[in-house]
Amino acid sequence: MSAPLTDVELARIRADFPALDQKVHGKPLVYLDSAASTQKPRVVIDAVSRLYAEDYANVHRGVYQLAERATRAYEAGREAVRRLLNAADAREVVLLRGTTEAINLVAQSWGRAHVGPGDEILITAMEHHSNIVPWQLLCAERGAKLVVAPIDDDGALVLDELERRVGPRTKLVAATHVSNALGTVNPVRRIVEIAHAAGARVLIDGAQAVARLPVDVQALGCDFYALSGHKLYGPSGIGALWGRAELLEAMPPWQGGGEMIETVTFERSTWARIPHKFEAGTPHIAGGAGLAAAIGYLESIGIERIGAHEDALLAYATEAVRSVPGLRLVGTAPGKVGVLGFVIDGVHPHDAGTILDRAGVAVRAGHHCAQPVMQRFGVPATVRASFGVYNTREDVDALVRGLHGVVELFS
Amino acid sequence: MSSELRELYQSVILDHYKKPRNYGRPPGADRAAEGVNPLCGDHVHVYARVEDERLAEVGFEGSGCAISTAAASLMTQAVKGRTTDEVRALFDRYHELVTGRGDVDPESLGKLAVLAGVREFPARVKCATLAWHALRAALEGAAEPVTTE
Repeated sequence: MSAPLTDVELARIRADFPALDQKVHGKPLVYLDSAASTQKPRVVIDAVSRLYAEDYANVHRGVYQLAERATRAYEAGREAVRRLLNAADAREVVLLRGTTEAINLVAQSWGRAHVGPGDEILITAMEHHSNIVPWQLLCAERGAKLVVAPIDDDGALVLDELERRVGPRTKLVAATHVSNALGTVNPVRRIVEIAHAAGARVLIDGAQAVARLPVDVQALGCDFYALSGHKLYGPSGIGALWGRAELLEAMPPWQGGGEMIETVTFERSTWARIPHKFEAGTPHIAGGAGLAAAIGYLESIGIERIGAHEDALLAYATEAVRSVPGLRLVGTAPGKVGVLGFVIDGVHPHDAGTILDRAGVAVRAGHHCAQPVMQRFGVPATVRASFGVYNTREDVDALVRGLHGVVELFS
Repeated sequence: MSSELRELYQSVILDHYKKPRNYGRPPGADRAAEGVNPLCGDHVHVYARVEDERLAEVGFEGSGCAISTAAASLMTQAVKGRTTDEVRALFDRYHELVTGRGDVDPESLGKLAVLAGVREFPARVKCATLAWHALRAALEGAAEPVTTE
């Protein structure tokens, strides 16, 4: 168990994030929406800026020095993702726009090749829309069936029920590592064991996990792992799919274009090797440089310590909101991380969000792109406060003060 | 608490949120439409009975925030008895009121003027107009749910 951050470290970290140093509606910004997207440290902003100011050219093709520098800066993002996930080989890391694109790639490339009529894709009831809709599209196209493993009243996956739903027709189990709406951490290794025993592949949505939990794809044993740069303090528009080399090599290309080919004639084309086979077109070059800087920043603090800091903050916040009359937590699974979701009797989350905003407190109010989760808990929406490496107990105190104001107004 | 918030959440609005008027489908309703705000999940059904081009009955059902619920409730009171043309014109002026565009005199809108505070909260204009969009769709006989997007 790592030690949480000291006050001195935390103050230094906060100073790394220029966006935190501002007022909104005349109040100091309290940013509690890192589950939607994280703020960016100076090193990331500088890396993106430096790429454009000093090292910009197209990648993977120029013979001149500038192009080599740009390629090196971009490819550093790939290598950083490999380290972050402890992948065996950087060729297994496909750089894409983000988690959503990564999941769509697997659905459209691997899915079309391996899923047929009557086959099943198994997901969980806590998935983000981006890990539901790509499979619905695939199932509709292939005549396959989407099967859902339930969650319990705390928002934890019911593993026995998942196991019951895995059968000979199950081609893939797609599950989130950490729920964005509930904070639940799924038992990925058990899911992988169950799926692999039935011959199914496993895709893990790591968008909410990678900035707070150490991830080792070799130890987890999954087949695909998807992540987004913007949720780990990096730029938006860059993310990655990790896939086992032998799977990626066997998969057909997804999008055609430059970069992904080996040779092109009007009769036929041949494909580049992985990962470039899946990287048609000029990529988000500065995004790759920013992603490398963001992962370097996480490593410099230590992901275990960031996780420990957020756990301590979540425990403090969970206790502190108990003073708010009529507040009910949504998502109480043991070991949950990063987010505090709740509803308040007689107050719609949107109204709470507006009132908190005027107090400088930025939270998410809505369905968090997880409408089935809201339906499961019988609420139209929740308020979600979510934490990042830069949040403090004072941020939580401001949230709780704001919530008392909300309740007072509506009483 | 800021004065803008006090104006937005004034007592009339909170009263209509907690006790919405004309809630439910009125008997003999011959027009209906559904309004959805996909960003927040707010959902409203608006019903009307039109007699001689006049709204004899109006009602609504749904779940939403204080602003959308109060706006729907206040709308039903404001449009009852008016002709469909008058309702369309009223919506135009109401839209100017809640967006702060145009130079509509709030007093000319009667009780709807309590929603003028929405203009300070651009993100909430959709809440204040969802039921109105649905009503307009109902009067036009739209088959698909209307959305605020």
